[in-house]
Amino acid sequence: MKLKIGVFKFTSCSGCQIELLRINENLPGLLNLMDFQNWTMASSNVQQGPYDIAIVEGGISTPEGIEEIKTIRRNSKLLIAIGDCAVFGGIPSIRNWMKQREAEDLVYPKPEHLKSMKVSSIDEYVKVDVYLKGCPPHLDDMLEALKAAILNIRPRLRQHPVCIECKFYENECLLTTYKQACMGPVTAAGCGAICPNVGRTCEGCYGPMSNPNVKSMVERLREIGLTDEDIMRKFRKYAGTSEYYREVARL
Amino acid sequence: MKNVNIDYLTRVEGKGGLDLTIKDGEVRDLKLRIYEEPRFFEAFMVGRRFDEIAEIASRICGICYVTHQITPVRAIEKILGVEVNDRIKLLRRLIAIGGIISSHALHVYLLALPDVLKLPNSFSIDPKLLVKALKLKGLGDKIVEIVGGRAVHPVTIVVGGFTYAPPKEKLNALVDDLKDAKKTAMESIQFFSSESLPSFEADSEKIALSNSDEYAINEGRVKSNKGLDISEDEFRKFIEEEQVPHSTAKHSKVKGRLSYMVGPLSRVNLNFHQLNEDAQNAAETSGFKFPSCNPFVANVARVIEMISLIDEAIELIDLYNEGEVRVSFKVRGGNAAAITEAPRGINYHWYSIDNNGVVKAADISPPTCQNARRIEDDLRAYVPTIAELSKEEIAHRCSMLIRAYDPCISCSVHSLNVKVRKT
Repeated sequence: MKLKIGVFKFTSCSGCQIELLRINENLPGLLNLMDFQNWTMASSNVQQGPYDIAIVEGGISTPEGIEEIKTIRRNSKLLIAIGDCAVFGGIPSIRNWMKQREAEDLVYPKPEHLKSMKVSSIDEYVKVDVYLKGCPPHLDDMLEALKAAILNIRPRLRQHPVCIECKFYENECLLTTYKQACMGPVTAAGCGAICPNVGRTCEGCYGPMSNPNVKSMVERLREIGLTDEDIMRKFRKYAGTSEYYREVARL
Repeated sequence: MKNVNIDYLTRVEGKGGLDLTIKDGEVRDLKLRIYEEPRFFEAFMVGRRFDEIAEIASRICGICYVTHQITPVRAIEKILGVEVNDRIKLLRRLIAIGGIISSHALHVYLLALPDVLKLPNSFSIDPKLLVKALKLKGLGDKIVEIVGGRAVHPVTIVVGGFTYAPPKEKLNALVDDLKDAKKTAMESIQFFSSESLPSFEADSEKIALSNSDEYAINEGRVKSNKGLDISEDEFRKFIEEEQVPHSTAKHSKVKGRLSYMVGPLSRVNLNFHQLNEDAQNAAETSGFKFPSCNPFVANVARVIEMISLIDEAIELIDLYNEGEVRVSFKVRGGNAAAITEAPRGINYHWYSIDNNGVVKAADISPPTCQNARRIEDDLRAYVPTIAELSKEEIAHRCSMLIRAYDPCISCSVHSLNVKVRKT
């Protein structure tokens, strides 16, 4: 029996679904195991569930979204949140520190037509079984989560920071050696340290690792000359509203 | 009276629907509904640093992230007076081509092909074809990954150039596969013929970048078949957004004129002579003549663009040599605009930054915003020609027409007013 899958999108850019489609020529293999019963971006054949797995991209920012995610939860055995928007609110959550009214006025001439709220992670409203961090999460992590679901085991996801992966590549430390504002020490691994590998500081796009030492990170960033405002911007990006970052992101 | 309601459009990026009422063969009411949640990019970009904007703007769209990085970077470089070298320009063109190949292949094979094969999706097409098609898409992804450090939301594109020079040997390793992929693209022209695509003509204004040196992607003047010829800085002087009475969506039009089309068909119509010979021959094979007024022919335009751009990617890889890919600059304030060709058409970004490099204001007009009104106008003209068909068939044909624009609704929504429909 193939697993019945639904793929859903809320407040996001669709990049996580595009990352999943990066399975490319291995798609037929995936289709042997999974029946995508509701994936509006890829298929006109849409069935209303119940599903074995709901794969959900995006944060929640409308009253309708709350109802919809609750329906999806009721209809699904396993719910996988893919990407920072679903897991933390993501880049769109930067606006959460503005008044909603100000954000609306800046973009729309007639904001009275809008039905929009501050954006939140989906686990604000429903239980999430698997969290895949990243903007986007790496395809390998998505496949790991799907394989684990087939085998009915817990997926092996990394709990350590990007620094561990960076060491595997024998990169010199951008933070301590080059005094650059690298977010690696507090950021969840999974990307393969792609940014340090190509000469760029980690921007934190996988969100916080489990139990990061944020206080020490802030001190280090101050030491290398970042202002409080610079530090606020670093944390108020992909996961500013997460439990670990929200204090610092408020600075 | 017929009411045709498409609650949610499928095989498009993002959330949209269509409400249509037909009476006596005429369109009484037509609304392309966009119910994607707004994300307010132009609002929360205010207060961010100039060197974060490409990273943030990339998240406007999970398909056309490359253009949403190169466009703001170019605008900011204009403010700072940064002149990039030829190697940087070459790499920007190469990564943009990678993005277009990936996006076009996704659209042509996964989203549009099911329409001409009369299938609900591409999952059940001949696996051999599916694998070849997805390999072609994968090569676009690979180009972006090697040059950009990551396939989706690349990380190496920065103000002043790139954070690293991609290894030439990694790019060279793609060449044989690119040659195979070109064959796949050439073969797929057969799917789109006058038999498989509806015949419908709309004499709309077609706008694209144009550049005497090359098939314009990352820079050029904004030109049209109706005489528009302006610089990217003049965009807001000539293109206006307005609110229409029947819809809360902000629509674009050329000032004093009507709605317009951007995207592959506009590009091919305007710059056909700059596509390579194989692409031009493929166009001939398709039986369609360019310039074409049939919006469904956009899929032919996508295929022939892929053919020409795959060859160009091979040439660029050959020309590329590793070396300096980042120029230095000093931060200063100012404002400037830039336009590049996204897979779906011209993408406009404008920024104002202060002397510390902090964004004071932003204005962004992605292609789907600009096409929204044109899609409605096309539908208004098209529906009377198919009004006698069944409701299901009308819904199917309308979806096909909307899909031909490859709308990227997430992109468009940060500046479309949103009406959430209640059922």
